[in-house]
Amino acid sequence: MTSPSAPLPADAIEALEEASFLRDTVRAFRKNRMAMVGLAFVLLLVLGAVFAPWISPHDPYRVALDEQLLPASTTYWLGTDNFGRDVLTRILYGARISLVVGIVPSLISLMIGTMMGILSGYLGGRTDFVVMRLADMMIAFPSLLLAMVVMYTLGANLLNIFIALALVGWASVARVVRSQTLALREKEFIEAARANGTARITVMLRHIFPNVVPTLIVLFTLAIPEAIMWESSLSFLGVGVQPPEASWGLLVAKGKEYMFQAPAVAIAPGVAILLTVLAFNFIGDGLRDALDPSMKD
Amino acid sequence: MLMFALRRILVSIPVLIGITLILFIMLNVVPGDPVALMMKEHASADVIERVRQQMHLDDPLLTRYLSFLWDALHGDLGKSIKLNRPVTDLILKAFPNTLMLAVSAALVSWIVGIPVGILSAVRRDSFLDRFFMGFSLLGVSMPIFWSALLLQYVFAMKLRLLPVSGFYGWQYMILPAIVLGWSSAGVIARLMRSSLLEVMRLDYIRTARAKGLRETGVITRHALKNALIPVVTIMAIQVAGLLSGAVITEAIFSIPGVGRITISAISSRDMPLLQGAVLFATVLVILGNLVADILYSVLDPRIRAQMRKEA
Amino acid sequence: MAETDIILSVQGLTTEFSGDRGDVRVLDDVSFDVGRGRIVGVVGESGSGKSMTALSLMGLVPQPQGRVSARSITLDGQEISRLGPSAMRRIRGRDIAMVFQEPMTSLNPVRRVWEQVGEPLAIHHGLGRRAIRARVLEMFELVGIPEPKTRLDAYPHQLSGGLRQRAMIAMGLICEPKLLIADEPTTALDVTTQSQILRLMRDLRDRVGTSIILITHDLGIIAEMCDEVNVMYAGQLVEQGEVFALFDQPAHPYTRGLLASIPRATEPRAGRRMPSIPGMVPNLAKLPPGCRFNPRCGEVMPVCLRRDPGLTAAGTGSGPGHTARCWLHSPNGGTA
Repeated sequence: MTSPSAPLPADAIEALEEASFLRDTVRAFRKNRMAMVGLAFVLLLVLGAVFAPWISPHDPYRVALDEQLLPASTTYWLGTDNFGRDVLTRILYGARISLVVGIVPSLISLMIGTMMGILSGYLGGRTDFVVMRLADMMIAFPSLLLAMVVMYTLGANLLNIFIALALVGWASVARVVRSQTLALREKEFIEAARANGTARITVMLRHIFPNVVPTLIVLFTLAIPEAIMWESSLSFLGVGVQPPEASWGLLVAKGKEYMFQAPAVAIAPGVAILLTVLAFNFIGDGLRDALDPSMKD
Repeated sequence: MLMFALRRILVSIPVLIGITLILFIMLNVVPGDPVALMMKEHASADVIERVRQQMHLDDPLLTRYLSFLWDALHGDLGKSIKLNRPVTDLILKAFPNTLMLAVSAALVSWIVGIPVGILSAVRRDSFLDRFFMGFSLLGVSMPIFWSALLLQYVFAMKLRLLPVSGFYGWQYMILPAIVLGWSSAGVIARLMRSSLLEVMRLDYIRTARAKGLRETGVITRHALKNALIPVVTIMAIQVAGLLSGAVITEAIFSIPGVGRITISAISSRDMPLLQGAVLFATVLVILGNLVADILYSVLDPRIRAQMRKEA
Repeated sequence: MAETDIILSVQGLTTEFSGDRGDVRVLDDVSFDVGRGRIVGVVGESGSGKSMTALSLMGLVPQPQGRVSARSITLDGQEISRLGPSAMRRIRGRDIAMVFQEPMTSLNPVRRVWEQVGEPLAIHHGLGRRAIRARVLEMFELVGIPEPKTRLDAYPHQLSGGLRQRAMIAMGLICEPKLLIADEPTTALDVTTQSQILRLMRDLRDRVGTSIILITHDLGIIAEMCDEVNVMYAGQLVEQGEVFALFDQPAHPYTRGLLASIPRATEPRAGRRMPSIPGMVPNLAKLPPGCRFNPRCGEVMPVCLRRDPGLTAAGTGSGPGHTARCWLHSPNGGTA
């Protein structure tokens, strides 16, 4: 790629280019106001989730039947639920589940999808055919139903939510990565590496993979809100996180019985979902515009 | 045209078979005895054994899969363990409700999403555009179960304009349709907007303007049909989304549809019923894909020509 | 030339674009006339403003970024530079029509050809489908589309590039406009088709009497087709005159550069691309002071770096209409 007369060694130039690419990206991202707002919200949420026991004076699991469905007050900022538990504290603890559920299965599906996509796109032929037909099937499945079936088979708990969501998510990642791999295959530097007799696995790991990383970052940030949505839906339907754990979807499901007496119990956790999903979407859009303008729209 | 449709149907068959296989394996490797699990302690070993034999649970997995496939092809999806009635009957009885929900939700999403997308594109970067796009992002980011609850609270509980839940007439369908349509209206509005903006940059739009056509004429007569093509193709994805959404919407509004069947099948661990309901939904999604592809070819004469060549 | 023989008179056409980095003037005080039944060429490198001239005349400059102004533009005696968008729209397609460079992409892929070619009739004369179809058939015959009947219902992708360009010309002429603007009408076509289309246009001018503005980067086409030429550089006219005068005695060093690198008539046409003059078209946002051509000019003088020479008569030998924007020909040349 670099001309033979270049005074700097190739990897030094690469490092420099990477640094300036990173700098440009950071600059473009910081110019996006909504993305910065999203980032600030997510950071706050992470802090709140991690330090929940120290922030909140209340116990999220302590039942106080004499303090049921209290309205908002200085003690209970958002009131209490039907077991007398502080709604805000439960939302804060729910953030722990939502963040973990947002990140872990997205990482898993990203890893599977990237592997499948690169193998499929680079090797082509029978591998490509098999992987892509598998992806077709996964995409044809309505996601929520697929996740529900997995939860039915494996049982409703957090670990199985990870499995269900990873199973739902990998196929679309694989499709995107595959099409990028196909485009990269034709690039000179890949052809040069192949002509030099570089092992296929080395080409895939050292040449293709680094080039799909920007896309993966974007896919990751956009997968998080989706996973949060699916988890809250599963938990709402009763096939996700089980009580007394405080998942946002579950909080809405339990709170909806008391809509008349204390609407905040059901509505507040929904606001938490909405804001978190919005924040991640803003970050994802900002990153996409900053990293790869061609992915716009 | 017909040849193309036939070919598309043929291509969908392996996908369908693959899906049934995945589904079958997932539902039939449940740890523990499904019959015992479902019947709990109040069934004698005798009864359990009889049900097991009825369901051929002792045959090898492959044999059971093949006979399941064979029966499914003949419209026989087995018998619900809990309700002791044919799964096909239960589904077909519930399906019209789900269909009505899905169709009215799709209508809502199209009626809202397409004009909003067009207006946003025409008034690009205006206040209206920003407002609409912010609004549709809000729609996409709201969990269905929560927006359903909000609307229920406002329109049914507080204002008492509409019934809270149940299904006894068309007015029971209004809130569910809005809730479900609202979430995909955002997707459609954004796609419609970007697609129209894309088309408005093309050369033949300049040609149309050079003829002295009004801007509204340029959009309706030249841009819209082309811009609608990608919107139509996401119909398939929309079908999948609506079916997923219908599960939640039916649960909240107590609509006796296929989604409700799915949930109750899970909670009562009624495997044949769950299997049938999910299979049914998946077939619908594949059909949606098929219809979208064929519509695509009807809309775009270039694709049509290409297909004629291939066929 | 008598006033009545002038179909289009452009005075002081200026077009500006506002972008992220301030305003850019893409057309600067462009003035020229088009005589009735004449073919007037506009030639220049890409980025010289020749296509922008066409879009500005048509009122098709992208809004709201672009701003067009002119001291006066008269079309067949009618002042059109102050017309509002809807009045301008009624002129487009009826009085001034345009043929674009890319016949492949300038037709709507999902509508039948006859509907598109006949659309101006529906817009401007409110004709019904049957009348339009009949008229389109006549036009197809006029522009030499073989088997015109069977082509009416074709979709654009079913026609070759040459046929599509013929259809575009038919579309342009269907309302019998006073002026046809052809923007690089043959650039996207192969050599044989190119000469067929050019012959068709000249033929139509002779038979129908349409006045034509022909925009091209190919001086060979200008020589073959045009009565008069306007040479553009960096948004300005740098030389204008009758074709013979200009080819005989090119006044501006830029024009000379262009002419010097034309392949001779004995060479095949295919190679006749824009000849290479050293240097590049300047960035319109960062124009050099003085004459815009000075960084690339071989005859540059101190005055060229300070002031723009303005358009002045291009020497004694050529006719009265021959002007150039160059200090070499300025009456007080070099002294100012």
